[in-house]
Amino acid sequence: MPRNIFKTLQQKFSDFILEAYTYRDDAIVVVDRNAIYDICKFLRDDSRMKFDLLMDLAGVDYLGRDPRFEVVYTLYSLKNNNRLRIKVPIDERNPQIQTVSTLWKIADWYEREVWDMYGIRFKGHPDLRRILMYDEFKGHPLRKDYPITKRQPLITAEYTNNSTITPTVELSNKAMDEYVSEEDGLKVKHMFLNMGPSHPAMHGVIKIILELDGERVVSADVGIGYLHRSFEKHSESIYYNGVFPYTDRLNYVSPLINNVGYALTVEKLLDIEVTERCKYIRIIMSEISRIADHLTCIGAMAMELGAMTAFIYFMQAREAMYQLIEEVTGARITISYVRVGGVKADLPERYEKRVGEQLKKVRAEIKQVHKLLTRNRIFVDRVQGVGVVSKEDAISFSFTGPLLRASGVDYDVRKQFPYSNYDKIDFEIPIGKNGDVYDRYLIRMEEMEQSCLIIEQAFEKMPKGAIMVDFEGQEIPAEKMADLGKFGQTKNLLHQVAVTDPTLLGSNKPYHDMVYAPDKRVSLPSKEKTYGSIEGLMNHFMLIMDGYGIRPPRGEAYFAVEGANGELGFYIVSDGTDKAHRVRCRPPCFAFVAGFGKMIEGAQVADIVPAFGSINMIAGELDR
Amino acid sequence: MGLRSIFGGDNLVTTKLDQAIGWARKYSLFPYPFVTACCGMEYMAVSSAHYDLDRFGAAFPRFSPRQADMLMCVGTISQKIAPILRRVYDQMCEPKYVVAFGVCTCTGGFYDDYSTVIGIDTIMPVDVYIPGCPPRPETVIQGLMLLQEKIQNQKHEY
Repeated sequence: MPRNIFKTLQQKFSDFILEAYTYRDDAIVVVDRNAIYDICKFLRDDSRMKFDLLMDLAGVDYLGRDPRFEVVYTLYSLKNNNRLRIKVPIDERNPQIQTVSTLWKIADWYEREVWDMYGIRFKGHPDLRRILMYDEFKGHPLRKDYPITKRQPLITAEYTNNSTITPTVELSNKAMDEYVSEEDGLKVKHMFLNMGPSHPAMHGVIKIILELDGERVVSADVGIGYLHRSFEKHSESIYYNGVFPYTDRLNYVSPLINNVGYALTVEKLLDIEVTERCKYIRIIMSEISRIADHLTCIGAMAMELGAMTAFIYFMQAREAMYQLIEEVTGARITISYVRVGGVKADLPERYEKRVGEQLKKVRAEIKQVHKLLTRNRIFVDRVQGVGVVSKEDAISFSFTGPLLRASGVDYDVRKQFPYSNYDKIDFEIPIGKNGDVYDRYLIRMEEMEQSCLIIEQAFEKMPKGAIMVDFEGQEIPAEKMADLGKFGQTKNLLHQVAVTDPTLLGSNKPYHDMVYAPDKRVSLPSKEKTYGSIEGLMNHFMLIMDGYGIRPPRGEAYFAVEGANGELGFYIVSDGTDKAHRVRCRPPCFAFVAGFGKMIEGAQVADIVPAFGSINMIAGELDR
Repeated sequence: MGLRSIFGGDNLVTTKLDQAIGWARKYSLFPYPFVTACCGMEYMAVSSAHYDLDRFGAAFPRFSPRQADMLMCVGTISQKIAPILRRVYDQMCEPKYVVAFGVCTCTGGFYDDYSTVIGIDTIMPVDVYIPGCPPRPETVIQGLMLLQEKIQNQKHEY
């Protein structure tokens, strides 16, 4: 398949294709920057190609190399279900490239981010200004020669002088002047309203400058970056396993999915596969997280519309999910459970039963909320036909996840690019058709039920974990064995390992081997090996010491998982050392927030709240 | 300080009055949740039914700084949002209390980088620090009880 793409491109743009190759099954084309617009246009419009989603657009800085920068486009074709990566080298003296924001609407924001972070200019971009950093910031922080700890003075002007609200851009030509309305012939003037950042419905970190004609939104300018914590810069300055705590805090409502996404990307770079049991553990934990995420999203949205009861019920259900997560990982939210090549520890004893109990609770709460909301006149009137995004717009803004499916496009990474044994599990993807808030609500409700089904199936299909048996082959529960150990009755036990709780005491060998890939380059040895043999000790030393650690070969990989909000992609460039050269996260809600201005155009001010609630903006992953 | 000087500084009357006001104030804290990041998830958990912050009279959020008297600063404060936080603080009426919820607001946490403020005490005074990344609901409740203790034992203005 990639060969056909390469052949067509080489025939059509022979002078501009510098290189075309595949690496770890990713199709990559390196092109000259003068032809990027034409190539993108061809790839989008040609009937054989149909790359209609611009999944990602990122910059990379190769300091010391000429040309220094690179802009990386990741395209996806719904028709052919394949991805293509286009790389454009850009030299330092003239960091400029043609914009593609006329081809894909999302490119507007992606390009602003690349300009902000790397200082690469996009020729013909309508509105190239900073997006994540504040306007007064000097320099471009993701460049390799910008030190990570170099802070710039706080901007105090904003609170010392009591300036009136002035929009940063001219929003529309009618913006400031009085004019005669076409509808009723009255003299009117548009009003500007700042919504956020400190606004309860904006979740604290979004600013929307609204241009209002009465109650109607004429145009909106969304400002983000209030929670920029430089995830990408941190990931470049720490060893591979050390990135996991940072990924927890990307989408902090479903951190396990971020963990899994990052781990799978590094595993793709290393070309290793984890054990079967580990795959199913990852599925189970991801789906538990997905349920927690959807519960939070719907609960918060309902609360913002005044349905406090639904929020309280769903928080109760989420508490059940958090307890499940805590039993496995030892933490409620920031869990850092997954490792490159495995997971931290096996599931605890009788976990399946516990999950069954808690899922029963969650299903009961979902049923309650269905009764409360789904046919509630007040709720339905406020969400039906609100925040509508057409199919074309959703694709152009490269929406993914529940929002894209609500607009009627059947795209789910778990089905299209199955990872971690999702292909062995039978589940359905709910699809909406109106693309409004109500459809998104229904899709999330249905997805929670599907996630419950996935968890139950995964438990059925999962290979049994390590168990303790006595000489007659009878299974011994851990606590009984600990009791026997107390009385010194350990003679007739086959494996004399006293295991009380695998999650808290670290990994013991029988458990360890079930959940870690048998690859010495990445997997830490079990405790018995580390303390009991010189090989284990050396292996441990090599993986832990600074400068050794996990060292993937030079290369790059893009891998995406289905996050609770949509395609959560990671693009990692390795330079052969123990630290990644570039880690780029493709956050699903970045696209939603980019399209939010369009979504609320023409709506009433009151419609902003349900529309914003339905996109489930998570600032940690939006601003990274 | 008017009434206190009429009573003649610290004596039986003023200390009893301090205690009475402190007792009244500590059970009617109206929080302004300045929620930015991950800690918000724990804030949601702690203020809803399971952990029930209402037991301490501090669960009813007021989203206007003029009506609030406890600024709960929940989550990482970046350089970009710091001026806004300061402005919210300035808009609150006395007496006001600030709770630094989570390690990012205490010290910046493990985000030692160009975009994160090293603790909110660099921009405003803080009464209670609740560490943890994010703090467990139990820790939050303990922090709140410490604040109540502080309010009970402090001298009030009247």
